[in-house]
Amino acid sequence: MSHPVISLDHVTRVYGEGDSAVHALRGVNLTVGAGELVAIMGTSGSGKSTMLNILGCLDVPTGGHYVLDGVAVETMSKPQLADLRNAKLGFVFQGFNLLARTSAVENVELPLLYRRGNPVKNTRERAVAALERVGLGKRLDHHPSMLSGGQQQRVAIARALVTEPTVLLADEPTGNLDSRTSIEVMALFQALNDQGITVILVTHEHDVAQYARRVIEMRDGHILRDHPVTDRHIAADDLVALDATTPMEEAA
Amino acid sequence: MTGQTVFRMALKSIFKNKMRTALTMLGIVIGVGAVIVMVAIGNGAQAQIKSQISGLGTNLIVITAGSVNTGGASQGAQSFNRLTVDDVDAIKREATLLGGVSPVIVTRTQIVGGSGNWRAEVNGVSTDFFAIRDWTTTSGDLFTEEDVRTKRTVVLLGATVAKNLFADSDPVGREIRLGKTPFTVAGVLAPKGQTASGSDQDDVVIVPYTTAQTRLNGFSFLGQILASASSPASLAPAQEEIKVIMRAAHGIPNGGTDDFTVRDQTAIAKAATSTSSIMTSLLAAIASVSLIVGGIGIMNIMLVSVTERTREIGIRMAIGARGSDVMLQFLVESIVMCLLGGLLGLAVGVGGASLVGRLTGWSIATPASAVFLAIGFSAAVGIFFGFYPARKAASLDPIQALRFE
Repeated sequence: MSHPVISLDHVTRVYGEGDSAVHALRGVNLTVGAGELVAIMGTSGSGKSTMLNILGCLDVPTGGHYVLDGVAVETMSKPQLADLRNAKLGFVFQGFNLLARTSAVENVELPLLYRRGNPVKNTRERAVAALERVGLGKRLDHHPSMLSGGQQQRVAIARALVTEPTVLLADEPTGNLDSRTSIEVMALFQALNDQGITVILVTHEHDVAQYARRVIEMRDGHILRDHPVTDRHIAADDLVALDATTPMEEAA
Repeated sequence: MTGQTVFRMALKSIFKNKMRTALTMLGIVIGVGAVIVMVAIGNGAQAQIKSQISGLGTNLIVITAGSVNTGGASQGAQSFNRLTVDDVDAIKREATLLGGVSPVIVTRTQIVGGSGNWRAEVNGVSTDFFAIRDWTTTSGDLFTEEDVRTKRTVVLLGATVAKNLFADSDPVGREIRLGKTPFTVAGVLAPKGQTASGSDQDDVVIVPYTTAQTRLNGFSFLGQILASASSPASLAPAQEEIKVIMRAAHGIPNGGTDDFTVRDQTAIAKAATSTSSIMTSLLAAIASVSLIVGGIGIMNIMLVSVTERTREIGIRMAIGARGSDVMLQFLVESIVMCLLGGLLGLAVGVGGASLVGRLTGWSIATPASAVFLAIGFSAAVGIFFGFYPARKAASLDPIQALRFE
């Protein structure tokens, strides 16, 4: 493992106060190195969503320390957190979360427009390049409503990639997709990870987690198990196998 | 994010919902339009009053016979008439700051001629009077100094008198009688309309003062002397000069009380103008109520829009928009919507004002400042009523916003 990009040290997160307080995270220690592909698993209420919100700098810990790529997150103000999300993180959501009535390339361009300090000049070219990277170079001007679920998720991945983030965070990225499209999206994540991008994804599906290199299982605000994936699947191979079994259906 | 990008995004989201935007803007259009129409009407009235006052004559100075002290008891103004043609001659000879000076003999008499008879005011004046009071003719000519010197029985008819005696036919050259004396009509005066106080300036006939003295009333005293200063700046020194000349002519010693009064029209003009400017402000204030109502409409729609776009706000925040970015986005949307409404309102206001002018016959003057008024007011409304919704959007929690269905 190379140098850590994420380091959580006794991180807690408490919602509310007194008797009604909810302890979503009860002291989590975690280190993620550059180039890892981590799947966070757990049932609802296990604290995995809270974990992702904190990792994504959308929320700050109640206690403990979180260092993202050398930056101590818990000391940041709200505008600083926004800048941090823009510079170091890319988000992919279950529901795609693209702007409606806005073309694919404009959706992808958006994070670059919010870049501060050192404004990006060729935003459009970079957005086009990001879409080409996810295989949607021919659908630049399509609006989300004209794209399939898989294509929309690729646009979302391109939007997350365009800023060249340190970490790509994905919240149930295959939750709204059929099984074949899910494998396609996972193949994309694996390909990006092979190019050196750190990916952390939250899922409750074991099938999806098997494409990761490392699995973290959570329960009741603790990390229950943290282990490497032993029988790792390669999504590209699975797609080939799938085409072999049902060729006619896919051709149609 | 550059200003251009923010502006482009605002335009885009405004035009996503065309019908709603149009209806919301309508409030601003009506508000700005109403303010402009009202200001145009008020300004028109003001300009009309001003032109009426200057129609009395430019830089007019009025000299009337003043009070006389009889054994210490003041007898009040015009208690003893001491203005004579000699005074006029003295002023004419010695004054340096005057454009003209004329005696005015005022009497009323029955006029018979043309199709009937009419009772009107008769003014006996010299030729300077026409320049002082800005009188011109629509037909025929003004009388000349020769007419005055030879006491010719020529008369100029005011528009009202001409209309009553001769209807539509041209009276020039016709004979009429003032009292018992036959006069020849030399010309018809251009109409001046009403004075600020409502009396008809055209209900008058004008004759040479020499003729009036010998043929009409026989008095050698004058009702008043009218003069005009050579420029607005010399209005005050010209009055001082007249006083000095008059005191010398009347033999009043130093420290003695003037037996005449010298006045100008500034006070009257000021009063009339300030009244009409108060009226203009009042009209504009009433109209701006509709602008406020329009602003509330903007606020309402912006609040709806913030709620509808909660998820979009969450997405923008997740990918790195600061609260201030979101705030600016909504504020610019509100301002752009108001400015578009303001520009449309400007067109509606200018068009509406000229329509009102044509339908009612009122004089309308749309001020050039209406452009700045429209832009300034609508931008102010956009900022004021867009602020709260924009701040609401900016203060959303990204996690909650992303979960919003």
